[in-house]
Amino acid sequence: MSEIRFTDQHEWVRLDGDVATIGITDYAQEQLGDVVYVELPDVGKSVAAGDEAAVVESVKAASEVYSPVSGEVVAVNADLEGAPGGVNEDAMGKGWFVKVRLADKSEFAKLMDEDAYKSFVEGLA
Amino acid sequence: MRYLPLTDNDRRDMLGVIGAKSVDDLFRDVPERARRKGLVDLPKRMGELEVERALGRMAGKNVAAGSVPFFCGAGAYRHHVPATVDHLIQRSEFLTSYTPYQPEITQGTLQYLFEFQTQVAMLTGMDVANASMYDGSTACAEAVLMAHRVTKRKKAVLSGTLHPQYRSVVENLCEAGGDPVEALAPALPGKTEDIISRIDGETSCVVVQSPSFFGDLIDLRAIADAAHARGALLIAVVPEVVSLGLVTPPGDMGADIVVGEGQSIGNGLNFGGPYVGLFATRTKYVRQMPGRLCGETVDAEGQRGFVLTLSTREQHIRREKATSNICTNSGLCSLAFTIHLSLLGEDGFKRLARINHANAVKLADGLASVKGVELLNKSFFNEFTIRLPKPAAAVIDALADKGVLGGVPVSRLIPGDASVENLVLVASTEINTDGDRASYVDALKEVL
Amino acid sequence: MSGMNKQGRSTTPGEAGTASIETYTGNRGLRLEEPLLFELDNPGACGVDLDEPDAFAPRLGALERKTRIGLPGVSEPDVMRHYVRLSRKNYSIDAGLYPLGSCTMKHNPRLNEKMARLPGFGDVHPLQPQKTVQGALELMDTLAHWLKELTGMPAVALSPKAGAHGELCGMMAIRAALVARGEADKRTRILVPESAHGTNPATAALLQYKVDAIPATAEGRVDLAAFKAKLGPDVAAIMLTNPNTCGLFERDIIEIADAVHAAGAYFYCDGANFNAIVGRVRPGDLGIDAMHINLHKTFSTPHGGGGPGAGPVVLSAALAPFAPLPYVVHGKDGFRLVETDGEAKADGARPFGRMVAFHGQMGMFVRALAYMMSHGSDGLRQVAEDAVLNANYILASLKDDLSAPFEGPCMHEALFDDRFLKGTGVETLDFAKAMIDEGYHPMTMYFPLVVHGALLIEPTETESKRTLDQFIGTLKHLAAAAKGNDKSLFTGAPHFAPRRRLDETLAARSPVLRWQKETPREAAE
Repeated sequence: MSEIRFTDQHEWVRLDGDVATIGITDYAQEQLGDVVYVELPDVGKSVAAGDEAAVVESVKAASEVYSPVSGEVVAVNADLEGAPGGVNEDAMGKGWFVKVRLADKSEFAKLMDEDAYKSFVEGLA
Repeated sequence: MRYLPLTDNDRRDMLGVIGAKSVDDLFRDVPERARRKGLVDLPKRMGELEVERALGRMAGKNVAAGSVPFFCGAGAYRHHVPATVDHLIQRSEFLTSYTPYQPEITQGTLQYLFEFQTQVAMLTGMDVANASMYDGSTACAEAVLMAHRVTKRKKAVLSGTLHPQYRSVVENLCEAGGDPVEALAPALPGKTEDIISRIDGETSCVVVQSPSFFGDLIDLRAIADAAHARGALLIAVVPEVVSLGLVTPPGDMGADIVVGEGQSIGNGLNFGGPYVGLFATRTKYVRQMPGRLCGETVDAEGQRGFVLTLSTREQHIRREKATSNICTNSGLCSLAFTIHLSLLGEDGFKRLARINHANAVKLADGLASVKGVELLNKSFFNEFTIRLPKPAAAVIDALADKGVLGGVPVSRLIPGDASVENLVLVASTEINTDGDRASYVDALKEVL
Repeated sequence: MSGMNKQGRSTTPGEAGTASIETYTGNRGLRLEEPLLFELDNPGACGVDLDEPDAFAPRLGALERKTRIGLPGVSEPDVMRHYVRLSRKNYSIDAGLYPLGSCTMKHNPRLNEKMARLPGFGDVHPLQPQKTVQGALELMDTLAHWLKELTGMPAVALSPKAGAHGELCGMMAIRAALVARGEADKRTRILVPESAHGTNPATAALLQYKVDAIPATAEGRVDLAAFKAKLGPDVAAIMLTNPNTCGLFERDIIEIADAVHAAGAYFYCDGANFNAIVGRVRPGDLGIDAMHINLHKTFSTPHGGGGPGAGPVVLSAALAPFAPLPYVVHGKDGFRLVETDGEAKADGARPFGRMVAFHGQMGMFVRALAYMMSHGSDGLRQVAEDAVLNANYILASLKDDLSAPFEGPCMHEALFDDRFLKGTGVETLDFAKAMIDEGYHPMTMYFPLVVHGALLIEPTETESKRTLDQFIGTLKHLAAAAKGNDKSLFTGAPHFAPRRRLDETLAARSPVLRWQKETPREAAE
């Protein structure tokens, strides 16, 4: 069974076993507007929590996506290279960015759960 | 003052609306001790006639290239620019427009930039080109930084026959960023340099100029293969873009980035600037390019139009993570380039290149027939190197006294090297007549 | 017979509502559609007459070009018409107010163009013997003198090719001075206000410096206390724009400079906004160590659709010895261009290197000097005064219709934010695009970043009161329409430009960066 967590940088992390799938939230894709390019890391790269894991670009902005967890990149969503609009269409699903094999599960547990993120976003309005 | 529309009445009325007693009021945030009460110590205003007189006097002290037999090159070349070019670039809509950030009302600029990019890509044999850089030397330095980004390595290897001032610009920029540069000693014209053995696993790029600083045409293929085998890029530098009408383009020889000086097409000598830097590369590297890019798209009614694109590479969005700090480029010079090249077309451009080569061959043979003068190049386009029997700088000065601008002494750009002290770079383009060449040969005989 | 004159032509104005008429050509009267140059290809046509050279033996080694380039053949009249038609799709300062904040779009006198084209300036090679270019060197020396007098600084490096290039030059001089002091390795941080131009952090990053942002106060100026707290022995320099990008003079600038110097760092000033103070305030009197001057802003060399510009950098006595090559000196034998390290060392200088091949933007130097001489010391002071007066007139006239984030007086540009649009459904971008339909180039939008939905208006001194009044009237009208929930002027604007809004997402997702004969659309990898 998978669990989902969120960050205050509007990333989501879904945990299946020891592999975390990371993407940006629906709120983030709406704020960005049309995504035109996603720069992804090399598979095999190790990231520490807080490291830049990807860059997502709209026409007028470029934002770094920081890995909320530490571990090794085991997969990237190559579909986004040819069709970056996938982030806009399905941010929480097909628009995922990277999969990271967790080094430390406690990092995941510290992130916001869905309710906490919801109220966090409401607080921004 | 003729450029200032406000009258004293206007100023009084406007101060009234603002609610200020005087203009001094508006400067009240300036610290008291920095407010200048009087005028700075400079002449007062002048009418048009007086400015023309003053600047005309200065201009009159220079020997204009067009007034004498003229053979200087070394990275800046005198070509004939059709009258149409200068007329069109002075149209208000081109001359006095800003960077096309509002595409709906700057399609004129955007479309010619798209045409310029296409022309540059075609000439160099590359996939894509940007909308221009400041000049050839800065384009070269930016290419090295781009190669660092692509390869994630830091060391550039520079050919010894890269223009010495280009080399300085590259070294200056790389060293300021802490990146090592390995520059070879200049190999004299006609001699082959062994740059391949300098490429190793740390090398991000190899920078080779053709025609070389001394005028040699360089076959890039083996260098490209060697660079690629070690994961490095080949940057080709083209100092005289007209050569591409007659010489195999770097893109056909495996170059990954081609940079060049585009001044020769459409732009005058201008004592060194403004010129126009050319920058072309392969499609796969486009997101690592510096500078502005213009792309095709459609508008809300589905009509074709053009916009600046991939702007997230640039400083105004990406700030400290930008691919370059460049903002202003050489827009109007690239327009002059584009218009001149449009007039030339395929046939005219290639013929222009053949005329240049033919003239240089005639001059090289003429000069080599002078006793004590030796032509050093085995191959060349419109510029070559001769060795004189004595130091070149004094000879070039003596020729100038005889009303011939006979080229550039190598010692001006490579000072303090005895092996080049007697060498002169000599260029001949379509502007030279048989009479010009005869004057040069005769004058050289006299001063030697 | 009413409505007919003697020739029998109708003099009535005709029916309204013809906008939907489709023309055969796609043209709309004077609004002419124009294909790409490559689509005009008429093989065999040529716009130049050049004779084939007599037969000769080429010396190209084995490198003769074997392939077609692909350039189209077009005659001279067709080239002329093509570019004239393209030109008519552009807005220009010659045609109307161009209120782009921080860009200083002022009148470009044609005298300057004429002077730059004198053969003695335009047709001179950079490497001719120096005795044949004494007038060109005199011009550079004279320009340097004017720039030094106007800024109160002892030295100037002329060669940088643009503002950002000048920034790089100034920061390299600072770095060279730190190297000379043996402190380059420990001073690795650059302080840059949040409101800075993007070129500032980009330049600092090029030199491997760490960029540290200084927060702004509610008044739109540097937060002095926060700034002082950030100073330390690892700070190399501050990069500050003054007047700043909010159009305000940094009141604490002398205190900032003193604190920077006391901390052993240098003060780089972004001189993009020098037009506001030229002739009235000298940066040298403010404690600045280096400042670039955009000749294409303050000194009116034309912007040319994005360039060329020029960015000379004035330097304090502390930085002057490190100025890059080349530079002009004046001795008893006339003017001399110092081009090599060897010559410079003989003069006691320690140049950090070379920014560019040759000597800089001579064509821009001539234009800028012609402009300066035309104004003189008195006219240049008036330039700053009128530029500031015009901006304050706009601020005062519009502050109740739009919303201004900061109290005046402003300097040469008036900053507004998007609070006045709150709840209208109209955004800054829509508002700006509606101005195009009214015949204006929009102001700078969404910059500086410290203000939400920024609208930055720089009228410059070369606009008349009449022009400003019409502009003010237009903005009042648009603001009232937006607040009155009339979105028709904004949604989908512009309606009357050569193109409607362009799809920038499409352009960026699958870039088409050149024309191609067979496959018009090719995605970048």
